[in-house]
Amino acid sequence: MIRRRRRPVFVARASYRLRRRIDALRLLPFVGGFLVLLPVLWRIGQAEDAPPTARGTVYLFVVWAGLVLAAGILSRGLSDRTQTDDGSLQDD
Amino acid sequence: MTVSFNLLVAISLAYVALLFAVAFLAERRARLGRLGWLRSPLVYTLSLSIYCTAWTFYGAVGYAARSGLEFITIYLGPTLVFVGWWWILRKLVRIGRSQRVTSIADLISSRYGKSSTLGVVVTLICVVGITPYIALQLQSVALSVGVFAGDTPEEWGLEGPQATALWVAAGLALFTILFGTRNIDVNERHHGVVTAIALEAVVKLVALVAVGVFVVWGIAGGPMAILDRIDTSAISQWQVQPGRWAGLTFLSAAAILTLPRMFQVMVVENDDDTHLATAAWAFPLYLLVMSLFVVPIAVVGLDLMPKGSNPDLFVLTVPLSQGQGGLAMLAFLGGFSSATSMVIMASLALATMVSNHIVVPFWLALRQDEESRGRSAAVPGDLRFLVLMSRRLSIGGVLALGYFYFKLTGGSTSLAAIGLISFVGVSQTLPSLLGGIFWRGGTRQGAMAGLCVGFAIWLYALFLPSFGKDVFLSAGLLENGPLGIGWLRPQSMFGVVGVDPVLHALFWSLVLNTTAYIGLSLLGFPSPEERLQSARFVNVFDLTSEPQRWARGGAESEDLLVVAQRVLGADVAQDFFQKMAGDQGKPGYLPDATPDFIEALERRMAGSVGAAAAHAMVGQVFKGASVSVDDLMAVANETAQIREYSQQLEAKSDEIERTARQLRDVNEKLTALSVQKDAFLGQISHELRTPMTSIRAFSEIIKDDPDMPTDMVGKYSGIIHDETIRLTRLLDDLLDLSVLENGRVSLNIGVGNLHDLIGRAVMATANVMPDRPLTLHRDPVFEDIVIITDCDRLSQVFINLVSNARKYCDAARPELRIAAREKGGRVTVDFIDNGSGIPKKSQSIIFEKFSRLTDHNRAGGAGLGLAICREIMVNLGGDIAYLPGQGGTAFRVSFPLILKRPEAESVHAAGR
Repeated sequence: MIRRRRRPVFVARASYRLRRRIDALRLLPFVGGFLVLLPVLWRIGQAEDAPPTARGTVYLFVVWAGLVLAAGILSRGLSDRTQTDDGSLQDD
Repeated sequence: MTVSFNLLVAISLAYVALLFAVAFLAERRARLGRLGWLRSPLVYTLSLSIYCTAWTFYGAVGYAARSGLEFITIYLGPTLVFVGWWWILRKLVRIGRSQRVTSIADLISSRYGKSSTLGVVVTLICVVGITPYIALQLQSVALSVGVFAGDTPEEWGLEGPQATALWVAAGLALFTILFGTRNIDVNERHHGVVTAIALEAVVKLVALVAVGVFVVWGIAGGPMAILDRIDTSAISQWQVQPGRWAGLTFLSAAAILTLPRMFQVMVVENDDDTHLATAAWAFPLYLLVMSLFVVPIAVVGLDLMPKGSNPDLFVLTVPLSQGQGGLAMLAFLGGFSSATSMVIMASLALATMVSNHIVVPFWLALRQDEESRGRSAAVPGDLRFLVLMSRRLSIGGVLALGYFYFKLTGGSTSLAAIGLISFVGVSQTLPSLLGGIFWRGGTRQGAMAGLCVGFAIWLYALFLPSFGKDVFLSAGLLENGPLGIGWLRPQSMFGVVGVDPVLHALFWSLVLNTTAYIGLSLLGFPSPEERLQSARFVNVFDLTSEPQRWARGGAESEDLLVVAQRVLGADVAQDFFQKMAGDQGKPGYLPDATPDFIEALERRMAGSVGAAAAHAMVGQVFKGASVSVDDLMAVANETAQIREYSQQLEAKSDEIERTARQLRDVNEKLTALSVQKDAFLGQISHELRTPMTSIRAFSEIIKDDPDMPTDMVGKYSGIIHDETIRLTRLLDDLLDLSVLENGRVSLNIGVGNLHDLIGRAVMATANVMPDRPLTLHRDPVFEDIVIITDCDRLSQVFINLVSNARKYCDAARPELRIAAREKGGRVTVDFIDNGSGIPKKSQSIIFEKFSRLTDHNRAGGAGLGLAICREIMVNLGGDIAYLPGQGGTAFRVSFPLILKRPEAESVHAAGR
């Protein structure tokens, strides 16, 4: 199906940065999901010698704080009106 | 124990009073237009904190004491959803705003072709799923009060908690009704409620952190010490269960999207999409801080408290056992805040759904039935009142349901698990929701099947068994399955044995739900309406212009105005129609019934009564008009190029259409005027000739007969005198009009009271048609407005309007309603009689000179009255207009409260 939108091949530096920032933002929940589910693997790996609660607590809160920080940095100044055409940010 | 029970009650009441005051002040600020921080991202983020209910506040510690770190999954799911806001939340919020969605039921019903049945199903799922959750909140308040009331809460009498719960439920109903149903349009923000909830969010955060800080530094002696304690406590071994860990994270992520109360604050109450970017990190941060001290409190509680004490109450009992009465009090307020804010929002969201999807459609159907049987064809009903009432009753109903559920289960342990059970219940809307916003192919049958299957499995596999054996499901059925079919055992379906019940139900309900949804969607074929809506939801970021909806057809704008006034209220509807007419380049209150206009109107009404009901109401006016060929073309044309071209064309054709419409209007008016001008000469000669003829005749008689008796001379010259007066009046009117039209009039500005002016007008016209008494309806309170303007000129207008009503109102018992009001420095006075009104084709010419609608013998005037009125109002900086759709002839006079000095204007006029 021929469905080409006319859009510039090379974009300005600022909007290139913005697009990559949004890419990172899209990736963030998957990174977060992976880190959050990681403890499941620890358990499977060493069933006899599971890490104690204290270490797990510290690990989870560090991951959590990291997610908050990353979301804060990546979302700064964005709104859903940053651009009207969603697609143009998706693939180039 | 240092806090007495009475002190507790007193402080709680003071706190509740504070909440009412905050809500009231916020509401007043918002009404005055000083929104400021009320709509800041901070308040938005804090209002999201209703995710943290009493279940979080008390329950998380209990959860941690029982099964270690697993409680944290309940917060990790929402965190992932929020840091990934660019995927789902952004789209949800955008759709919510562009479609004026009122609830999650409305969103799903609207997405699948504005189906009212789907709305009902989603509403039912939510009500069944959330009621136990509300009961849980009432229970938590009752339990925490119990901690203060007796030394051993476990032995506290049953009357106590039930009475507490009843009072709390009643108070919350009052609060929600007061601040949650102020305005009918759900899309208008409930600033009072939201601000109070934001305050509660701060209170519960501060309370939990205070207890945590006390536990970590006050009891344990620092962060390192607490980590050591954790390692030596009963929960030191982290027994992570992979299934539950992943499943609960997913479940909580699903719940934050589908819980009605979350949807309400996240989507419906959102009024600025930039807030989402802030909430994306601030809300996870809030959750992080909320759960930071959960494990320490649980560990210290397990150490300090005697064996067998309820870990759900550690937040209260640990400070109490250390003699920290004040801290325990703060913790109590925190728990109270968590419970109340959840109940307020949940009941508000549920009530909106129940009212919009069950009560109002049911009532409309009932009325339509009656109308079709011809019983009550013309019931003038204010729908707004109905909607508000039904919403208020629904709030009461929802809270009553929650209370009765609490009473029935009587604080049994089955309530403890109800949080997760509710989550699984409301998650059944997830496939239809996500499918609806990301997949064009989802259909109504698919959504309906998915929802029903998921809901049924949830009931069968999780909800009903949660009451215990032999309450709803017999022990035999639970053990062996229905009719002994082992594969259908509620808690181990299809041979899946030994899985946690929540996980088991979550898995099967969502798997079968999604399968049914996708399967039927693939097999079926959606209606045009559904395809339109799907395009609109899925491509919400692409569509810059809305596809067209209603075929241009027989609907009269005036009929629509009547409907809209009933739903939105007269003021709002009139303003909206006036604005839309202005956009089309037309004066007055009646825009052309273009598809764009109807689309906008329908969406406006959807904000009040939901998409399905609004669609049905507009549909009633249209009678049979449906999706047109153009609409189908809009669905078919999916390529970007065509859209791009058509947008340019559309912009041009809009422009042309607007110009054409203006030209057409002007042309119609010119034609009518030209006919009038032709009549003018004939009429003016006639008007002048009639008195002239009699003057000539009588003066000839007097001249020819010098011997006439003096009394005859007196009589005849009297007639001559009267006729000259009539002539003079006519000429005066003409002169007056010409002076007014040229703007050379000198205004005599003074202070007057509107009430007196109207009173004078009524008195002055008392001798017009004295045989037809006119009943007046006035409201002296509203009329009591001090104005600075040319009072004589203004009362001339009033006299004209009142005497017109006396002369022309053709009702058997003429009535005139005069409604005055002042808003934003402008005064509006409506004169509405109960006659048959002015037909639409004449409405545009009644303000022209010599236009008379009835035959002129009855009228007795020259048809200059309204023309003069209009010129006067223009000179007073105001306007007079015909107000359609009021059930009679209605004129609206509006003018500034204080008329500016005329110098500038007259200089300007002279300069022209």
